[in-house]
Amino acid sequence: MDYFAQQLINGLVLGSIYGLIAIGYTMVYGIVGMINFAHGDIFMIGGFIALISFLLLVSFGLTAVPLILLIVLLVSMAVTALYGWTVERIAYRPLRHSFRLAPMLSAIGMSFVLSNFSQVAQGARVKPVPPIITGGYTLHEGSEGFVVQLSNVQIVVVLTTVVLLLLFTWLVSRTRLGRDMRACEQDQTMAALLGVDVDRTISMTFVIGAALAAVAGMMYLLYYGLVDFFMGFVAGIKAFTAAVLGGIGSLPGAMLGGLAIGLIETFWSAYFSVEYKDVAAFSILIVVLIFMPTGLLGRPEIEKV
Amino acid sequence: MTAPATTQAPRSPGIAFIMKKAFISAAVALVLFSLMIGIRTEAGPTGQLIYWTRFGELASLVGIVFVGSIVIELLRRWLGPAGTSGIVPPALQNGLATAGRFVAPALLVFTLLVPVIFYNQRYMLDLGILVLTYVMLGWGLNVVVGLAGLLDLGYVAFYAVGAYSYALLATSFGLSFWVCLPLAGILAACWGVMLGFPVLRLRGDYLAIVTLAFGEIIRLVIINWQSLTGGPNGVSGIPRPTLFGIPLTPGDDGLAALLGIKFSPTHRIVFLFYLILALALLTNWVTIRLRRLPIGRAWEALREDEVACRALGINTTTTKLSAFATGAMFGGFAGAFFATRQGFISPESFTFQESALVLAIVVLGGMGSQLGVALAALTMIGGFELFRGLDQYRMLVFGIVMVLLMIWRPRGLIGHRAPTVYLKRAQAISSDLVKEGHG
Repeated sequence: MDYFAQQLINGLVLGSIYGLIAIGYTMVYGIVGMINFAHGDIFMIGGFIALISFLLLVSFGLTAVPLILLIVLLVSMAVTALYGWTVERIAYRPLRHSFRLAPMLSAIGMSFVLSNFSQVAQGARVKPVPPIITGGYTLHEGSEGFVVQLSNVQIVVVLTTVVLLLLFTWLVSRTRLGRDMRACEQDQTMAALLGVDVDRTISMTFVIGAALAAVAGMMYLLYYGLVDFFMGFVAGIKAFTAAVLGGIGSLPGAMLGGLAIGLIETFWSAYFSVEYKDVAAFSILIVVLIFMPTGLLGRPEIEKV
Repeated sequence: MTAPATTQAPRSPGIAFIMKKAFISAAVALVLFSLMIGIRTEAGPTGQLIYWTRFGELASLVGIVFVGSIVIELLRRWLGPAGTSGIVPPALQNGLATAGRFVAPALLVFTLLVPVIFYNQRYMLDLGILVLTYVMLGWGLNVVVGLAGLLDLGYVAFYAVGAYSYALLATSFGLSFWVCLPLAGILAACWGVMLGFPVLRLRGDYLAIVTLAFGEIIRLVIINWQSLTGGPNGVSGIPRPTLFGIPLTPGDDGLAALLGIKFSPTHRIVFLFYLILALALLTNWVTIRLRRLPIGRAWEALREDEVACRALGINTTTTKLSAFATGAMFGGFAGAFFATRQGFISPESFTFQESALVLAIVVLGGMGSQLGVALAALTMIGGFELFRGLDQYRMLVFGIVMVLLMIWRPRGLIGHRAPTVYLKRAQAISSDLVKEGHG
């Protein structure tokens, strides 16, 4: 039971990270109708930016951990958002009215560009960082000496996720930008006729998605203490799985799917085998698409002839 | 593409506009690269992260972006807006047809002569074998992507199945290459059907991502099922192919001894060259024949419009499954060849990058054009060889080329559609006009 509780905590933390990435996928899919294949690599870039800015801040002699974290968070969100904007501008906007496969292939190319760019720029080796947030709480001490622990990092990850989600929900449901986004999702032509700047709205979608992915990248860095140039690929597919599981196009669905994938992966590693945890996540993607193509909270796709 | 010819954008933007754009690009590049290029991190000797600055590189990159932006804008001004014409003009069409008539046989004759011309250049022969392997993979994937319009991002899975089928059957049971080759094809086709079943209802992007996941699953299983596949260490000591039982070895029963000529290791390379050429031509021949059969026409109809297909009574289930199985079978053949050529295989050869490379070849080749795929494979693999010295930049350049290619010619180098069936004369149209179905 203690073991179960511990895995539950770990799974929820991992799930929050996946959920943050999944929101980027689901938003872009909802508005532009394409899978932003490079989104996983945007997450990776976010991790790198966080690592480098953290290193710089520490070497400048800053010691207050909360201040460092805040600055790192803002810097990585801003810079990574610019990456998202640039990617959309270069690789997707020229292809918006092209045939279906073109943006997909362009996105795959962009994914290679980003991951190999950071390999060339920062080297292929894994970059470890010492634990930044230490300490934690012991929730329960089991009879066989097994301890259920909730570390401070985990609290930070979950809290940041919750705060960002609240902010994001407010943005989508209450602001002008959010209304534009929802309008573009329903009908781009009509939205344009009613004075919505579609290009700008789509750009902003990528910017917001990238900023959330940057947060996920930073949380990953804090939680696992390492980044490498290849981590975006697998994390990207898993987050996409989460988006599909939750129902692609649905924002609460993405978070729900992320939590589900995080839990499944953690429990699979805990009770079955660590080696096959990625296989489990990928198999879920296939199973969900066969039996529940619209996901948990998605709307059925209506076929227009 | 859909923009009307009379765009209100100014034909010749002024110098101020160009400079403003260049400055913005440079500023964006400065922010993007400031941390990633300007600062280089590395794990130090004690595990502690260290960093050093590279402001020189940063400045030169930003400069390149600035100048590049001006050049692109000037080029755009000089070339003017790209016009798209719907119908391929008859002159061009005739030209293409003539070229098609002459280029393909010329290429074939040249390929047949390659081992004669480059007999003493081992490197050229190896490169030729590599190019032909990708030509074959491209033609195999072309059945799935180009003809049936099913975007498959996990094609390398079938390549892996073929390679491991041959490797394991040959090393464990001592079966010969010629017995294993059809077996590898059949096994890969079975996997193709297995993948095909669950994804029947999916279309477009979903299909792409599921096939990708499938490819990854196969690779992960190969890595982790150590008792069968040897895990990351791979399978070594895979037997070399024989000329229908006659080994190409220096021994008494070898081919050289039988023919009474002096043994040379090049014989085996030349044999491998003709072997993969034969396999590739088989793929090509089967594809061309299938296109004329009802099943091939059903594939192409499925690519254009799935709903219309169903309305016309085409069984989309069998059509899709047969496309997957056919494509996978050729992938399996190519995999078996790869295993016997290398003599050693490991999961590293079957990564997603390989799938993306083959897909890029098919798309660059114009999706559906056999000649286009062959030319694209030649260009891609040849281009890769040019960058061999710059190993770490290879994939970066590949990614950039893929993006630029999609922006420049989303329909590939040979982007036209010639009808397979026609009443009086074939009128090819630009593939921009084709409204692709959901796939």
